[in-house]
Amino acid sequence: MIYLDYQATTPLAPEAREAMLRWLADDGFANPHSPHRPGRAAAAAVELARAQVAALLPPGGRVIFTSGATEAINLAIFGCGAKRMAVSAIEHAAVLDSAHFADPDCTVLPVTPEGLVDPAAPIPAGTGLVAIMQVNNEIGTIQPVEQLAEAAHAAGALFVCDAVQGAGKLAPPANADMIAISAHKLHGPKGIGALWVRDGLELAPLIHGGGQEQGLRSGTLSPALCAGFGAAAALCTSLRESDEQHVESLWQQARALFADWTLNGDAVRRWHGNLNIRREGLDVARLMSDCRTLAISAGSACASGSGRPSHVLRALGLSDRETKTAIRIGFGRYTRAEDLERAAAAIHAAVEAQGAF
Amino acid sequence: MPAIYLDHAATTPLLPAAREAMMEGFALWANPSSPHKAGRAARAALEDARARVKAALGWPGEVVFTSGASEALALAITRCVQPLVAVSAVEHEAVLRWAGHVPRLPVDADGWLAAGETPLGGLVAVQQANNETGVMPSLLGLRDSVAMAGGLLLADCAQTAGKIALPMADLIAVSAHKFGGPIGVGALLVRDWAMLKPTGGQERGYRGGTENLPDALAMAAALEAGNEWLEQAARLRLLLDEGIVAAGGEVVAQDAPRLPTIAGYRMPGRSANAQLIRFDGMGIAVSAGSACSSGSLKASPVLTAMGYPHAGEVIRVSIGRETTEAEIERFLAAWKEIRA
Repeated sequence: MIYLDYQATTPLAPEAREAMLRWLADDGFANPHSPHRPGRAAAAAVELARAQVAALLPPGGRVIFTSGATEAINLAIFGCGAKRMAVSAIEHAAVLDSAHFADPDCTVLPVTPEGLVDPAAPIPAGTGLVAIMQVNNEIGTIQPVEQLAEAAHAAGALFVCDAVQGAGKLAPPANADMIAISAHKLHGPKGIGALWVRDGLELAPLIHGGGQEQGLRSGTLSPALCAGFGAAAALCTSLRESDEQHVESLWQQARALFADWTLNGDAVRRWHGNLNIRREGLDVARLMSDCRTLAISAGSACASGSGRPSHVLRALGLSDRETKTAIRIGFGRYTRAEDLERAAAAIHAAVEAQGAF
Repeated sequence: MPAIYLDHAATTPLLPAAREAMMEGFALWANPSSPHKAGRAARAALEDARARVKAALGWPGEVVFTSGASEALALAITRCVQPLVAVSAVEHEAVLRWAGHVPRLPVDADGWLAAGETPLGGLVAVQQANNETGVMPSLLGLRDSVAMAGGLLLADCAQTAGKIALPMADLIAVSAHKFGGPIGVGALLVRDWAMLKPTGGQERGYRGGTENLPDALAMAAALEAGNEWLEQAARLRLLLDEGIVAAGGEVVAQDAPRLPTIAGYRMPGRSANAQLIRFDGMGIAVSAGSACSSGSLKASPVLTAMGYPHAGEVIRVSIGRETTEAEIERFLAAWKEIRA
């Protein structure tokens, strides 16, 4: 199996796994909220992890651990109390669905055919919260989030950024009010994420109980999940340059391997670990079933397999038919050049077998 | 690591079988929602974990994996088709904080519930066993009353699941790390999907977020480890009860039916916090009330609700699978030393 689906999830870094094992050992357990000695040791590990995660986020805020980005986004949207919302047309379902739940008349900001949100798009008066992602999960385009945050503030709204695909790779938006991130998209474990909240911003919790996380998110914190997240975040910090160079070289290689395909989304303002491409007449369902040794995708993992046309590709102005001719190839730290070569060979063979070109 | 860990109600050590299951889960790291082969393998493992959790708990209904019991309770309370109409006065904060002005079902000195005249035609939330005293109110009669009133019963089984049989309830919250599974996973058990309003996303549309497969597998493995050790726990708890009484202490709700793993003990004339500091210094981990509220100086609301007059002098001792008789004896010796 060649894994090229880095936007769906990423392999757990060995270092993150190692950090977790310490807290899964026979003598490593404790409830970090217990005041006794083992509890205090667990709490110290949680706080170290919090600092490591905070290093990926702007200064002047606090990191609230959650079960993942979906919960973090829900906490931001429902916790901030905004009645009117605005989101971009290419948000992840976690934002789109929650925003429409919170505000059935939620404003949807359009994107250009390159998959970019226009910071000049008008935000209606009375909007309380604007939610826009940093890096799109399907096509990888990087949104001008700092300008969008400025526009939101000018309209009197708060700004929350879904930075799931950008965290650990790009600098965070310095002027966002809230930022949601997920550990398993940056080589950490599944089951943990965080909401970064600007100091002074008050939120109402979604989960009540023991009052952990400054009362914002009850539930026993897992020292193992926190430590894994922290170690993964620390690696992203220390490997930032080499990760970026590696992805860039894979990107150049992938572009050359698929030179005759059409790129979906802006070629420059995008994360280069995401190659979303289409080919006229391609039957993606058949391609996927012909390439069983590859883990690639046609859209997001959550919507994949639903058969519905991608709302992101539709927002770029593609027809339903065109949206079903696209594949997403996602790569990163642990992808090797030969993985891409072998994947391209399999895809080219499958395309040729379709005979449509 | 303390010499003696008697705080299993706060969290339990991860069972070796659960740890192994987690390692298998780490190897299946694809996103269970991805349709490619790796994703399908993760999906199959997740559904296998779900089936095993159902089988081990003897639960015929549905299972929604969550990040833990607090989230499961929040999911039940916010997404149930019926509004919360009553809670017991001794619920965990994970329920009480939702309850605002909702009527509290009173408990007596032995921790027993009385529904009285409270209307029960909605969602009624009660614990199977109290997390501070271990008292298990009879839920059988309550469930009948709730059903007759057209309501639904939500049972917080964070302390009991994996230890004793689940109660007859419509919705049940469980937490893996209280029975040897990992922290970070739990479940809401739902008798019928029609009892919940969906939100969209994973877990059949009842809980969004990429599934935490390693922890779900570990949860199943921990449940399958069985509960035969409870007999030993009951024997050790009896030793504790007798030892404390003989040394001049008091057992909270001694005559009530109690879960064999949890007990509240009063040391007359010594504040719980003073006791905790001494025990901690001796390498013994116990607690005053729940872990979440431990460290606060307020008297336990549970004991206060029961009308217990000496709430500030009670500590919680909770036994686990690994607890030995020698540890209980050393704890009792320490207790006497602190008392002296």
